[in-house]
Amino acid sequence: MPWEVVLLVLIVIAGTSGELCMSRAMKTIGEVKDFRPMSLLRVIVRAMQVGWMWIGFLLMIVAFLALLGALSMENVSFVVPVTAISYAAGALGGKIFLGERVSPQRWAGVALVCLGVTLVIIGRN
Amino acid sequence: MKASSNLRSKTVLLILSMVTFGPLGNTLLGKGMKQVGTINIRTLPDLVHIAYRVFTSTTIWLGMISLLMFFISYMLVLSWADYSYVQPSSAFAYGIVALWGHFLLHETVTPTRWLGVLVIGAGVFVVGYTHPRTTEHN
Repeated sequence: MPWEVVLLVLIVIAGTSGELCMSRAMKTIGEVKDFRPMSLLRVIVRAMQVGWMWIGFLLMIVAFLALLGALSMENVSFVVPVTAISYAAGALGGKIFLGERVSPQRWAGVALVCLGVTLVIIGRN
Repeated sequence: MKASSNLRSKTVLLILSMVTFGPLGNTLLGKGMKQVGTINIRTLPDLVHIAYRVFTSTTIWLGMISLLMFFISYMLVLSWADYSYVQPSSAFAYGIVALWGHFLLHETVTPTRWLGVLVIGAGVFVVGYTHPRTTEHN
């Protein structure tokens, strides 16, 4: 498999998985209801003590390095639209990893977002 | 009913904060790094000099504060809302960037890009009509 494909898969999978892990960590903390600065600071400190948060950070770093690697091999106009698939991967990950109920309506919205992001990026060039 | 309405309101508020501070932070950091100039580090004093220029730049600090605000908003909203709700909704940032480009920076925004913004808007609208939380919460 060419390196470009490996890197593109890594960008989508590691990036989305990283955010899913962060989401899982925050769900462990529970719904934030107090928005005073000291309470928010305590929430952040508690979040940093959850293992999923660090796994998430690690995966996001991997995705960032893969993005840098891919950009050194391919044009931005090719690499960035491919990452629009992350929105579909995110919905799938939310369903499987976080047990979210992704309704057909939400899937339709996600599909529109993927298409729109691709158009925005193509239109930039 | 009131709890559901509150949940939706605070979710929308934090997503608005994300789509405002995310692009703003990236723009400010990009502008700040351009002001710093090309980074060419060969010796330790070079590194110290560049670090000094980076960390004394107001634009870069504002960029970092904006990105921090983005990240905190993202973490907080994920404490109650579905990832599959927040992630596509945050794509509205592309629309905000196009609007800024057009109205504030007077950049040319191509018709394809405007179409993309409209399609993203439609997608966010459709996702926004689903309930922000579909799982049990702690």
